[in-house]
Amino acid sequence: MHLDHPETFPHRHTWSSAAPTLPDGTRRALRIGLGGPVGSGKTATVAALCRALRDRLSIAVVTNDIYTREDADFLLRNAVLPPERIAAVETGACPHTAIRDDISANLEAVEELEERTGPLDLVLVESGGDNLTATFSTGLVDAQVFVIDVAAGDDIPRKGGPGVTTADLLVVNKTDLAPYVGSDLDGMARDAKAQRGDLPVAFTSLRGEDGVRPVADWVLERLAAWTAGRPVRAAAV
Amino acid sequence: MSTRRTALLLLADGRFPAGAHAHSGGAEAAVRAGRIDGPATLAAFCRGRLHTTGLVAAALAAAACAGCDPYALDAAADARTPTPALRDTARKLGRQLLRAARATWPAPELHAVAATRPRGLHQPVVLGLTARAAGLTPHDVAQAAAYDTVSSPATAAVRLLSLDPFDATAVLAGLADAMDAVAAQATAAAEAVLATGSTDHLPAASAPLLDITAQQHAAWPVRLFAS
Amino acid sequence: MTGVTAHARVTAAPDGSLPLLRGDGPFALRRTRAAGPWSQVTVVGAMSAPLGGDRLRLTAEALPGAALRVTSAAATIALPGRDGDGATYDTALTVGADASLWWLPEPVVSAARSDLRMTTRVDVADTARLVYREEQILGRAGEEPGRLVARLVLRIGGVVALDQELAYGPGVPGYDGGAVLGGHRAVGQLLVADPAFADKPPEAALLGGTAVVTPLAASAALVTAVAADGLALRRLLTAGAEHLGVVA
Repeated sequence: MHLDHPETFPHRHTWSSAAPTLPDGTRRALRIGLGGPVGSGKTATVAALCRALRDRLSIAVVTNDIYTREDADFLLRNAVLPPERIAAVETGACPHTAIRDDISANLEAVEELEERTGPLDLVLVESGGDNLTATFSTGLVDAQVFVIDVAAGDDIPRKGGPGVTTADLLVVNKTDLAPYVGSDLDGMARDAKAQRGDLPVAFTSLRGEDGVRPVADWVLERLAAWTAGRPVRAAAV
Repeated sequence: MSTRRTALLLLADGRFPAGAHAHSGGAEAAVRAGRIDGPATLAAFCRGRLHTTGLVAAALAAAACAGCDPYALDAAADARTPTPALRDTARKLGRQLLRAARATWPAPELHAVAATRPRGLHQPVVLGLTARAAGLTPHDVAQAAAYDTVSSPATAAVRLLSLDPFDATAVLAGLADAMDAVAAQATAAAEAVLATGSTDHLPAASAPLLDITAQQHAAWPVRLFAS
Repeated sequence: MTGVTAHARVTAAPDGSLPLLRGDGPFALRRTRAAGPWSQVTVVGAMSAPLGGDRLRLTAEALPGAALRVTSAAATIALPGRDGDGATYDTALTVGADASLWWLPEPVVSAARSDLRMTTRVDVADTARLVYREEQILGRAGEEPGRLVARLVLRIGGVVALDQELAYGPGVPGYDGGAVLGGHRAVGQLLVADPAFADKPPEAALLGGTAVVTPLAASAALVTAVAADGLALRRLLTAGAEHLGVVA
């Protein structure tokens, strides 16, 4: 008898997110990536999204920390989801590699969550805090959110970079701090429009009541499209 | 031949998307313990790993590539891996490699493994099956496995110690003869397994510190690498 | 080729008797006092061995239902031979159904310039219990180690549960680096096979910085340790045995 893994798991067919159905023919969960620089509020956004949506949807979260488990532990401490719905992926000091160049560990984590707790409606994949160039592979997620904040400088939208320019939703977080750090929100909106064209931008302050609402609404629209079999990515809508 | 060479380059490339980048091959624990602190100790670490774990991995891969029963090889790998943290890592990397392999070189044999063993086989066994699907020889994949066992710790040491990457690469180049020797030894062992049908001919070289520190590392609350 | 060829054998029966107790060459076997149903045998060195060129064999069997404990009176010191040949030391242990074998010899010391290949094969029935300890010391005080290659194969119910080969000494690449022994001068393992582990595998445990208790994929567990010297090694292995519920 083999004592390491007596449990049995169903057979996995897929090797990337390209396939929209699970082996049993049901539609798999929508996968949304959240990336952005260190300290911009990715984990806080994930936590707020879980609180806003967990009563309506079956949700799970994968975190990609630079150091193992810090973000996963934050989510656990704040009890936004039961522990079995949170998985941490170790990234060997390179979170951008784990979400873009070699997504195999993240795909493992997503599929294990679906097997363990499924069926799920939504899987949020959070990147470790990285730089402005880190984006998710389309083999891992169906759509991605890039989170920046006003305190890191109001010139970030103007500087652009793949995250700011191509993310399906750009979130400008911590708007409540704008007066204190001298950030120009109108200017940020103009710069974002110039970089992103028609792609949406959401300004959030998670300290306020229901502050994550614009992001939650956007996620629900994506989920409605996914469930109806329509294209999910904002650019394709 | 040129197709084969390209397949070998793909498979041995550290950027092949099979999850290796998040693993240090024991280097993170060795750095913490002060056993790797520069190019000389990195070289000694890699040499020891190559002739123990590396030899076993290379022989398992070569045997799987040669057509030996992958499930018997997986059981032999279990018997040669007393540390549960390393068995878990080997299977996890095996699953990730299988995913990449099925997309890169689709083959019924690979799909069958995924169907019958959803928890995965040890990574070297999957590496051997992948090489088989890609048209490589047992000796080819033994070479790739040997290289993999030293390139992981060398790459990790660069990130962990901010080691000069030129020094780390020179360490790998300095091990070229040793890698060739291990690949040849592993290939011979695989031929013996194929000829006799017995996995007892596989090498069983063990590395006590790798076994001990892998279990410790798995219990660290904060770490950069998955193993 | 010079050297001694010897084969010593012991068989224990469930009634506590030893139907076979045959020393040979450097092995003198003594029945020693033991408590309860146990038979106890102590291996006493009758001459200096193994020397280079020696071919030594030791076979022990606990018949179904028997309980045998084997110890040794002193460390085994591997020494170089006159002709530079290596020595071999093969141990075969068989533990029958519902039998117990405790194999607890003193360490093997690899003296400078020695060259020894040890092979230990342990065959344990599904319902048998085993406690097996091996310790290796790299050289006598203040000397360079000799060469040792030691393979240990455990089969439970005919299926290989553990296969490990430790090699160190001159000509063994990388053994002293941070992956293998890292400068430690003592290395050992303690292996426990117990049918009860099939239902309840022991937890892995860390014993300080240089030892670990790990459940195998089969119904057995292994304590792996390295240490500065034999005394420190013994303490680690004993702590590991206690973690596994074995008081040696």
